[in-house]
Amino acid sequence: MTQNSLGESAVQKAVQAQAKNNGVAANITQTQPLWLLAEVTYRCPLHCAFCYNPTDYDKHTQNELSTEQWIQALRDARKLGAIQLGISGGEPLLRDDIEDIVIEARKLGYYSNLITSGVGLTEKRIQAFKDGGLDHIQLSMHDITEEINNFITNTKTFELKKKVAAMIKAHGYPMVLNVVIHRYNIGHMKEILEMAEALGADYIELANTQYYGWSLVNRSQLMPLKEQVEEAERITNEYRAKVNGKMKIFFVVPDYFGDRPKKCMNGWGEVFMIVTANGDVLPCHSARVLPNMQFPNVRENGLEYAWKESPAFNKYRGDSWMKGPCVTCPEKHNDLAGCRCQAFLLSGDAESADPVCSLSPNHHLIEKAIEDSKNPVIASQPIIFRTDKNSKKYVAGDQERVEQFHALP
Amino acid sequence: MDKLAIDPTLSTIQLSDVFALALHHRFQWEEAQQSYVILFPEGMVKLHGGAGEVIKRVDGKASVGDIVSELKAAFPDATTIETDVIGMFDMAYGKAWLRKV
Repeated sequence: MTQNSLGESAVQKAVQAQAKNNGVAANITQTQPLWLLAEVTYRCPLHCAFCYNPTDYDKHTQNELSTEQWIQALRDARKLGAIQLGISGGEPLLRDDIEDIVIEARKLGYYSNLITSGVGLTEKRIQAFKDGGLDHIQLSMHDITEEINNFITNTKTFELKKKVAAMIKAHGYPMVLNVVIHRYNIGHMKEILEMAEALGADYIELANTQYYGWSLVNRSQLMPLKEQVEEAERITNEYRAKVNGKMKIFFVVPDYFGDRPKKCMNGWGEVFMIVTANGDVLPCHSARVLPNMQFPNVRENGLEYAWKESPAFNKYRGDSWMKGPCVTCPEKHNDLAGCRCQAFLLSGDAESADPVCSLSPNHHLIEKAIEDSKNPVIASQPIIFRTDKNSKKYVAGDQERVEQFHALP
Repeated sequence: MDKLAIDPTLSTIQLSDVFALALHHRFQWEEAQQSYVILFPEGMVKLHGGAGEVIKRVDGKASVGDIVSELKAAFPDATTIETDVIGMFDMAYGKAWLRKV
């Protein structure tokens, strides 16, 4: 699962449409959870080193919501205005009730999207999704080489992904690909775009790794050089001009190399709502890392309470919680001080400016991370893959890098 | 109907053109938004009343000219319907929400 893949582009588009007001009013009305992300399970057959899922996900694999609880959540969110539904994980296809969830989503009027690695997608299941009214399927791809695909996911899934891509196309679905970009595939940008075009992709998202969960643990191993990112963007722009709209290409810029932080989730509790496998309701993917926060859970309170009244969703709405330098910054409404999780994970203070900002007193932490990624001693430490075994160690409180030996490709 | 920024004399839209919603796009009324929307993979646009009235009539059969006539009949007080409708088609086709039939 990639964090970038989960609909930020939806909001970007709505906001763009708002700016160019040619008969289209896309003004986002006062906070509605337009995008609902259902992280239906944290179980996953892949072990991607860049996964944003929590490192302690293993504690949420035994207490997943039931089909009925998911259907209730879909109904409640729809009443609050949710319209785009992402069914994600982990690997959602590890649940056998995705067909039921899809049927209900269509009935309720959602535009629904299955976000999958492709593992577990069969002819029978894709036909059931089509019949049930699933609108599209977003497939993760990793590289043009079998070697890197299998290395970064720690599985042998290269051939399978190509088969699944063909199956998606054959069933008349738009081909939506997501490729997480990191040190091991950033040099293959042109070849990746060529592969996407050859597969008949309608949309491809090139999502530079953002550092949360497992990808934060592996940050020094995954981060490319700034020059590589610039080159990748140049190649992407060239390719975009060449295909001339036939394939829509989104390049998600990595915030570590920018001067200003991203407007994370388009604002806390503004347009996104995430319901996790165990029923926690979150304003962003990794919010549970924040200290002294109690997130609502659908088993206890409904989604209306979660969205409108819960202290957690209200905590970082608006700008009254901000500190200096953000609180007096003329640009504060552009980015709302960036990402709360990143601020906390890097500086220990969730209310401080996102260290990505060059005006942040903690900006040196980003510079240090970039330096570390160039340090051959640090960068050659083994990658810690997203496995149940490693997650159990995090649950048990073992924060040390877990011993695992994988030869670098 | 809203004023459109597009100059109709530069438009490539002909009154005889017939459009349908692009593949994988869905047009629906959104109660929570009190407006029509177009939905597509990972995105949504919310349409003003006027734009909604145009797209609502796009069915793969009616020509642009048919839609102009229909809207003129429905909104007799509006004076710039043809310009507005063509501008709307220009934009919607340009953004690939519509395909030519």
